[in-house]
Amino acid sequence: MQRKLGFAALALALLGSTAIAHAEGELNIYNWGNYTSPEMIKKFEDTFKVKVTVTDYDSNDTALAKIRQGGHGFDIVVPSASVMPIWISEGLLLESRPDQMENFKNVDPQWVDVPFDPGRHYSVPWQWGTTGVTVNKSAYAGDINTSAIFLDPPAELVGKVNVVPEMSDVMHMAVTYAGGEPCTGDKAILKKTRDILIAAKPKWASMAYGNVEQYIKNDLMAGVNWNGASFRARLGNKDVAYGYPKEGYPIWMDNASIVKDAKNVDNAKLFLNFIMDPENAGMISTFARYANGIKGSDAFMPADMKGAPEIDIPEELKAAGKFNLACAPEIQEIYTKIWTELQK
Amino acid sequence: MAISPAEASEIVRKKDIRSRWLLSAPALILIAVAGVGPLLIVVVYSFLAPGNYGDVKWEFSTEAWFNVLLSRDIFDDTVTLADAHLSIFLRSIQLAIVTTVLCVVFGFPTAYFIATRPIHTRQIWLFLITIPFWTNMLIRAFAIQEVIRNEGIVNSLLMGLGLIAAPIPMMFSDFAILVGMTYVFLPLMVLPLYASIDKLDFRLIEAAYDLYASRFNVLMRVIVPLVKPGLIAGSILVFIPALSSYVIPRVLGGGKNLMIGNLIELQFGQGRNWPLGASLSVTLVIIVLFAMLYYVRNASRSGGTHG
Repeated sequence: MQRKLGFAALALALLGSTAIAHAEGELNIYNWGNYTSPEMIKKFEDTFKVKVTVTDYDSNDTALAKIRQGGHGFDIVVPSASVMPIWISEGLLLESRPDQMENFKNVDPQWVDVPFDPGRHYSVPWQWGTTGVTVNKSAYAGDINTSAIFLDPPAELVGKVNVVPEMSDVMHMAVTYAGGEPCTGDKAILKKTRDILIAAKPKWASMAYGNVEQYIKNDLMAGVNWNGASFRARLGNKDVAYGYPKEGYPIWMDNASIVKDAKNVDNAKLFLNFIMDPENAGMISTFARYANGIKGSDAFMPADMKGAPEIDIPEELKAAGKFNLACAPEIQEIYTKIWTELQK
Repeated sequence: MAISPAEASEIVRKKDIRSRWLLSAPALILIAVAGVGPLLIVVVYSFLAPGNYGDVKWEFSTEAWFNVLLSRDIFDDTVTLADAHLSIFLRSIQLAIVTTVLCVVFGFPTAYFIATRPIHTRQIWLFLITIPFWTNMLIRAFAIQEVIRNEGIVNSLLMGLGLIAAPIPMMFSDFAILVGMTYVFLPLMVLPLYASIDKLDFRLIEAAYDLYASRFNVLMRVIVPLVKPGLIAGSILVFIPALSSYVIPRVLGGGKNLMIGNLIELQFGQGRNWPLGASLSVTLVIIVLFAMLYYVRNASRSGGTHG
């Protein structure tokens, strides 16, 4: 019996390898770790007879450094909105005109004329989300749609606040809370921002990543958080709620694009068109649990994601969300100084 | 043509020198390629200007080095000592020293205990000491978090026994960092100490007792000087990684206060200032170098008086 199974496996493996040999080419995807739906990739491979390889990266800086070096062999890369202007201005991406592709009609109009790629000449929305505040309603019943949750925490939350150590997100929220625009160079606003942050820090418990468990177990009662992480915490603890600060909050979006020196451009274009199909975009979201930018894709998502308050932004708070973009170098230097002073 | 004896010995000597160079070439090349080379790149980068979005611009600049120790105020342009950097360096050095001391305090009795067991059981004890190395440091840090967090093992045990009413907050503090670093680096202290104590001539200790030395005196004036090489090797092995540790302060310290490692990472990542990151790295190397020189000089001096 054992042996028979072994033969069967061998035969299957052989079949598999011949299928690969017959494939019409390859596609090398370079994407964030744990972010690419294997079912969606399988479907793409079966539909177009293309062998797909997915390689992970863990930060925009890693991806940027690797592609800048050249000789990487990747076709698709998925940079965040904040760094897209760098990728485009340095000529690292192919102007593949997704806006002229067949499935482009499915892209939600609000994600077409984005500041980092107006009209979508280079990129296709992969997934997007927001950075806001997570609050445990059993600890605090007041308004949670404000950055005061962590910048001027109510007495009930003092000492139970976590701030994710993501400089651009936290600075974005603090600057807008102080009354400025993201990436502002206005010294008065920046000074106020610094003072607010330094006064708030003693009221925080920690500045750490990966805290879903701690919100579920009531170790943390509030904090700066990503919508997806807050969503997962709510599934484990119904008191956990997610707020969109009305003063301003960052929106992030990762965008699938074709690398300038891609070897499999045709397959890469097929792939961009493929992920603009609602069913396939739904598969991406089902796997990584963030919203995508494709209309009609929620029909293909699990029930717990439909209408989730972490994903559907309330109409009156939509305007407060702005894309997180990379600040100019001299502004960034000031932000880093404030950030270092905060953590000295 | 005959060769004079002097010439012959000269040829032999030259051959000898050449073969020595050849034999040590692999090691020298490895040190140059894997050690000195990358370090030189770091030094070069520290004298360049930061690129707009990460990377560097190839123009000479001492701005990064200026920023290591001095700081131009963002708001009124006055130049002061870089208080933020200095306090991060100081805290890192302090925590590394305390970790080293704690490792000696816990490591010495452990090593002594192992070295005084019968030969066949020593292997088992040493084996047990090395077991934590099989697991990734990040996982060990999270394991410690599970032990000391508010609803973790220690607090639930104490609360279950009725000894405390509310959990003792231990996470996200210097205490948590010290617990984590001492736990992680302890084997690096125990192993060299064991090697020293193993070679200890226990007749000397008997002789000291015969001469009416107190237990404390035997420890401080006989045992410690004899195991000093192991103590110094262990201290170096613990101090250096503790000074530059990155994961443990992040996971257990709650990241509210940066350590040198985190500060350097910030410059290469979110801060997008590679030259400053490079010059901070070189500063760290210099601190380690001075600490090593201090240890080594201390060691040779005491070696002289006892030799």
